[in-house]
Amino acid sequence: MNFLGKSPLAAFPLLGRSRILWSALLLGMLAGGCATSTPTANTTSPTAGESPAGTTATTGEPFIVGMVLVGPKNDAGWNQSHYEGMQAVVQQMPNVKFEYIDKVNPADRPNVTGAQVADDLIAKGAKLVIFNSDDFKDDALETAKKHPDIAIIHASGDYAWKEGKNFKNQPNLGNIMARMEYGKMMAGCAAALGTETGKIGYLGALINDETRRYASAAYLGARYCWENYLNRNPDDLEFKVTWIGFWFNIPGKTLDPTKVADDFYNGGYDVVMSGIDTPEAAVQGKKAAAAGKPVKFVHYDYKNGCDLAPDICLGVPYYNWNVPYGEAIQKAMAGTMPNQFVWLAPNWSDINNPQTSMIGFLPGKALGDKKQYIDQLIKGMGDGSINLFTGPLNFQDGTPYLKAGETATDQQIWYLPQLLQGMEGPSQ
Amino acid sequence: MITRTLYYQTAALGIATILISSIIMLSGASPITVLDSMLSGAFSTPDQIARVFSTLSPLLLCACGLMFTFTAGLYNLGIEGQIVFGAIATMVPIRLLENSLPPALVILLAIAFGTAGGMLWGLFAGILNVYGRINEIFAGLGLNFVADGLALYLIFGPWKRPGVASMSGTEQFGEVLWLPTFGNTEASPVALAIALLALGATLLVLRGTYYGLQLRAVGYNLRAAYVLGVPSVRQLLSAFAICGGLAGVAGALQVLAVFHRLIPSISSHLGYLALLVAMLAGTNLWLLLPIAFFFSALNIGSLQLPLSLNLESSLAGVMQGMLVLAVLLGRGLSETNWLDKISVLRRNV
Repeated sequence: MNFLGKSPLAAFPLLGRSRILWSALLLGMLAGGCATSTPTANTTSPTAGESPAGTTATTGEPFIVGMVLVGPKNDAGWNQSHYEGMQAVVQQMPNVKFEYIDKVNPADRPNVTGAQVADDLIAKGAKLVIFNSDDFKDDALETAKKHPDIAIIHASGDYAWKEGKNFKNQPNLGNIMARMEYGKMMAGCAAALGTETGKIGYLGALINDETRRYASAAYLGARYCWENYLNRNPDDLEFKVTWIGFWFNIPGKTLDPTKVADDFYNGGYDVVMSGIDTPEAAVQGKKAAAAGKPVKFVHYDYKNGCDLAPDICLGVPYYNWNVPYGEAIQKAMAGTMPNQFVWLAPNWSDINNPQTSMIGFLPGKALGDKKQYIDQLIKGMGDGSINLFTGPLNFQDGTPYLKAGETATDQQIWYLPQLLQGMEGPSQ
Repeated sequence: MITRTLYYQTAALGIATILISSIIMLSGASPITVLDSMLSGAFSTPDQIARVFSTLSPLLLCACGLMFTFTAGLYNLGIEGQIVFGAIATMVPIRLLENSLPPALVILLAIAFGTAGGMLWGLFAGILNVYGRINEIFAGLGLNFVADGLALYLIFGPWKRPGVASMSGTEQFGEVLWLPTFGNTEASPVALAIALLALGATLLVLRGTYYGLQLRAVGYNLRAAYVLGVPSVRQLLSAFAICGGLAGVAGALQVLAVFHRLIPSISSHLGYLALLVAMLAGTNLWLLLPIAFFFSALNIGSLQLPLSLNLESSLAGVMQGMLVLAVLLGRGLSETNWLDKISVLRRNV
């Protein structure tokens, strides 16, 4: 056994030889690790986590609300709208303290699951935990089962829907979602009103019930306005969906939304609608417009989305998450478990009221005087005279979805199994 | 010699500590608070402690595997791909036999498939290296991409959830196939036992068998070992196969004990982390367990950085990398006699 008595490196002859290589590899790994973590670099934000509730908390224990965010909290989209919605709640309810972790996905946090994050939030005292992505449906259920005395809300899921397909009888698990199909119809309408070429590109996320529902609603809105307000032939309207594979870009794993947006703009699609969490449609549109291309975009999720490129923005359908979250938090503070499926329509009398309407639509500058048509559409949908989920409508493969005159049920809308006829792009 | 090495190592650790502290201070925090919150993030609740152990198992398996390839003088950077391919192979019996065989048998088969899958992927790198004359680092990295691509293809293609095309992974399989855990936590005694068993076997084989000695000879000097009658090719390939096999088990554990489905980053980058563990341990196999444990704790505790301190959790990776760089540097310097050289120079002047 005398070979054991050598110096620690003796059995690693190559280690000495290629130490430089090792160092380079290590540095590379470190650099890679840092590069993926840039999105939330601005940690100096004064609204971060604890300050508002910490200072203004009145007597007694604060009620801690935890949130698991799938993407970065400053993505100018889905995650930011959740984050800011909670900030608004905290401002109105000083006794609420907000704790969160963002970027909970296998690319940004490789060894972390949503359920683990929830465990840590609950360990920090959270009495209500919100999961903000469809992606977390298993994590939300697992957490609800493991912590039966903690209120769990899964935004965009359907496990609490008694009339739904996937009902799980879990008394402390609730779902919250907005009837964003209305917002998407307005967005699609804006796209149709804005296009010169008659070609609309839809930058899609992953494919599931929710995204099929939204892309199809956008198409219905676009077709309606194209046909009824512009008096054009619906067959001349092209509507193409390209799915990237996730809610935002994950280098090497998803399609690159920057490239997809560019391909749309370069391929004659002069309007691109965003269906993802991040603002590539706006950013690339701005570049293309600066280079002289007559392009426009429709944003999604985040109220201030048009600010990204105001001159070419046709509008943005957005969420006011403070509306349902504030209510759910109040109920939870009173001891009621959120075991309901909440699917909120806009407040039709004032869709842009931040206190009462969970979704709104802000028309963009690029819409010009065609904004009146959007107002007409909103009015029609609000008073029930326009229901775009009315037959005859066919699925993409030609099979019937709704018979003439038939209107879709909630289930038919939520679980839309295919894109609609007239749309280009894969359904599954 | 030992004291000299110790002296350098201590100095290296000191320098690493200073560097890490300055990075933390540059990002606007105090090193003590960071360390405190990471440790409390790893050990303050049963869930967290359990997570440290559930990360420890695959990490330890990979680090054990890497001891074989390191001893043979090989840099198996393909370990990530071997975990991924092991995980893919694990899914095969689960998908095919989930409903037709007793759960225990399916789990056993799944682990066996995972091991075989990882082994195959390791051997693949070995064959490219030995017969194709491709440096094992590049062969390994290339195969990592292939395994990653294959996992993505399966998740988006044949194994996708009905009606869904998302990189969020395949449908979760039934709870009967999840490895049993300690209470309501995530740590699995089975996974831990497998990892400790692998550590024991690694110690035994590398230190106490003729095979271990031969592997060492190959690592010292491939040509000399060959001339002296050591079946070098067989030794090299077996090192790849063993390392791949252990990585495959790690992949199986990631599927069966942690995620309960196939996801795109199923390896959780534990292969790369294991490379750091193995490098830090050097030839001292007894250090594997404590280092792997420490790194698991850092990995789990780092979730507290964004939660409590608004810092990036990738800081944990920076710490781990710094530590390894400093220790390698210390080791290297302790072997070059530059102090002696300088004193010789002085005397001559």
